[in-house]
Amino acid sequence: MADVRFRVWRGNASSGAFVDYDVPVTEGWVVLDAIHWIQAQLQNDLAVRWNCKAGKCGSCSAEINGKPRLMCMSRIEDCVIDGTITVQPMATFPPVKDLVTDVAWNYTVNQRIPPLAPKPPEADGTWRMQPYDVDRVQEFRKCIECFLCQDVCHVLRDHQTWAFGGPRFMVRTASLEMHPLDTGSRLALLRDARDGLGLGYCNITKCCTEVCPEGIHITDNAIIPLKERVVGEYFDPLARGLTRILGWTREPRT
Amino acid sequence: MAVPYTTSEHDVVVIGAGGAGLRAAIEAAQQGCSTALICKSLLGKAHTVMAEGGVAAAMGNVDSHDNWQIHFRDTMRGGKFLNNFKMAELHAREAPDRVRELEAWGAVFDRTADGRILQRNFGGHRFPRLAHVGDRTGLEIIRTLQDKAVHSGIDLFMEMTVIGLTKDGDRVSGCVAYDRKTGEFHAFTAKAVVLATGGIGKSFRINSNSWEYTGDGHAMAYRAGAELIDMEFVQFHPTGMVWPPSVAGLLVTEGVRGEGGVLKNNQGERFMFNYIAEMFQAETADTEAEANRWLIEQQAAVRPDPRTAARRPPDLLPRDEVARAIDAEVKAGRGSLHGGVFLDIASRRTPAEIRRALPSMYQQFKELAGVDITREPMEIGPTCHYIMGGIRVDAATALSTVPGLFAAGEVAGGMHGANRLGGNSLSDLLVFGRRAGLGAADFARSNGSVGQDPEQIEGFIGEVMAPLDRASGPGPYEIASQLAASMEKNVGIIRQADELELGIAKVAELAQAYRSVRVVGGRDFNPGWNLAIDLHNMLTVSEAIARAAITRQESRGAHTRRDFPRTDKQQWAQVNVTIRADADGLMTATPTPLLQMTPELAKLLEG
Repeated sequence: MADVRFRVWRGNASSGAFVDYDVPVTEGWVVLDAIHWIQAQLQNDLAVRWNCKAGKCGSCSAEINGKPRLMCMSRIEDCVIDGTITVQPMATFPPVKDLVTDVAWNYTVNQRIPPLAPKPPEADGTWRMQPYDVDRVQEFRKCIECFLCQDVCHVLRDHQTWAFGGPRFMVRTASLEMHPLDTGSRLALLRDARDGLGLGYCNITKCCTEVCPEGIHITDNAIIPLKERVVGEYFDPLARGLTRILGWTREPRT
Repeated sequence: MAVPYTTSEHDVVVIGAGGAGLRAAIEAAQQGCSTALICKSLLGKAHTVMAEGGVAAAMGNVDSHDNWQIHFRDTMRGGKFLNNFKMAELHAREAPDRVRELEAWGAVFDRTADGRILQRNFGGHRFPRLAHVGDRTGLEIIRTLQDKAVHSGIDLFMEMTVIGLTKDGDRVSGCVAYDRKTGEFHAFTAKAVVLATGGIGKSFRINSNSWEYTGDGHAMAYRAGAELIDMEFVQFHPTGMVWPPSVAGLLVTEGVRGEGGVLKNNQGERFMFNYIAEMFQAETADTEAEANRWLIEQQAAVRPDPRTAARRPPDLLPRDEVARAIDAEVKAGRGSLHGGVFLDIASRRTPAEIRRALPSMYQQFKELAGVDITREPMEIGPTCHYIMGGIRVDAATALSTVPGLFAAGEVAGGMHGANRLGGNSLSDLLVFGRRAGLGAADFARSNGSVGQDPEQIEGFIGEVMAPLDRASGPGPYEIASQLAASMEKNVGIIRQADELELGIAKVAELAQAYRSVRVVGGRDFNPGWNLAIDLHNMLTVSEAIARAAITRQESRGAHTRRDFPRTDKQQWAQVNVTIRADADGLMTATPTPLLQMTPELAKLLEG
């Protein structure tokens, strides 16, 4: 294959610029291979995060030709435009160095979400859950925490509204709220737009769903059902009354 | 002028935040200890996330004939009886509780029809025993532990790499680390330290491991005076990807074979029938007809009667047996175009079943190799995956031979003997992660505070600063790639004395070059500098592996000697090879006697 020109953003928190590297790519390479080649051959101090190189750990998130993607799962032949591939760090988070950003904020959001509160186990000390019950939360638990959904979310990216927990933590909360064993409620936290997760900020543009490398239906299966639950709990007196009187449980669509 | 560093003080410091480290930190914190958890990458990215097939625990949900005694027997046979039998016993007994505990913490395993945790077949396990979540079990476990840990009051230090263990007399007193983002140093003082740093895969060219896997814990413990055992036993997983070259070594889960996948050579022959070792003949199918019947019986609603059931196909023999067989087929010219063999599930299960049971394998091959595994066979070959050897520990407490220093997970030795069964590492890290946390907490409670010696701290910092100050010298990538190439060639799957000598000489030569290694750039997120630091550990563990390998003059488990092809029933059956530093700081490899098994447990191994 011919050389491919990589335009890689180099810099730190205060300044940076694109630098061009011509890389002799080999058949089957992904973008991360080219970054590693530059690192090993030309620029030992080129900063990049990676671990599994198989799309399972979510470390090597970046913007390739402006699109949030995992570098390890992006084949070079699918990314080349006029012989060039542009690689830059996620724009939503503060730059640390080169392709590495400071994603620590995400970990503080996670800490605010109360953990599973399981119902008591059955007599033999274990729980029964049916295969169809676990299917729904297993979709959410596929999340590899690459934070690409956070990167593309306009509430975070353009408006820098950090009172919104972002798509990743809507998925996380959904995995708990819809967990067959859970007895807790995180609806007040979701509704709280100051110290909570600010669910109301999301206006369902579905950009997060489009970039998810795990194909999680973030908007349809996590965010919208959570919005319905919050509305049912706080803003729909009829449903609230009936729920209380008839003991209804409101199940989101599958 | 001395380089500045910050300090902190804890009862327990856990180094490594994969499954074992997280589980240890959770336990230590629950015991009321102030606990620090040091994580080389971001939290939740450690190598546990790559574990695919499942966690082995004799819960008997799918086949009620299973129990801990059979799990113990399978583990010891898989390890060719070199295992620390006390660890194997505790592991088999406690694994079911550790799995159920994960469920209470939020893990969502695949289910049986009656709503219990589903278990699948795996190599060397007599019954379906691996609790799993499709083929992403490791992700489920690390995320569950991570979410538990963040609510446990643990002080988390992300993207920090430990560069040395400090000591107060004989006792460990903490460690020194640097922050990857800034390059700034931090000294931890701790009454007890738990090492949970994982393995050594980066010492070999073709491997399934990430950049973190440089044997940090093995090497630092060795330098702190701890003993390492069984370092000659490096597991080459039989099924890694071989093409395209950029993904060579990437793991293909054993779950493919557990779900019915079979190995074939370029003649289309299921060659594993030709490689059934005597030890496994009684319980392995010896015809295709019987192996095919096994798959049908496994998929039936009713479990087969063990007295009349088909025996397991040879594709599910332990990993060492399968890796050697593949190596032999390729060397005999019966391999695939890219130097592997074929793994075929497309002809065995429906596309829907394959996508359901092996979703990330489907995705991995489709996106990285352009292969649809529901239609075509995969090309696979052995890849360096895991080290059985590690720090010698006490089974019950995980205490090493150095007071205050504990170890759990892959960095600890003994549990798996000469070869690890698939699924036994996730259960290992849960069982012994917890025990290490308990052991460290007990130790911290019953021992007073430790003193910290600034000279030691400054010594470690000085060592890692030196490459930044040099004006010339070899680069770290150059040394690392030469080391990995030599280890693969000279200390790989099949070994012999003269090659091992070459391997040892090469390590010595590269260690000499390492003394003048030069790093370009500064300390802030500089992968070149990070590698230069890790390289010290890679060189130490590589030497340990090669020295242990030349010492053991027989073939056993994952250690195969062309010049000593037989498994010795006398001398070598009764010893571990122990690595330690002598009085002059030189590495020595010495055979030391195995623990003597109790008669009750020995009885479980008969027949």
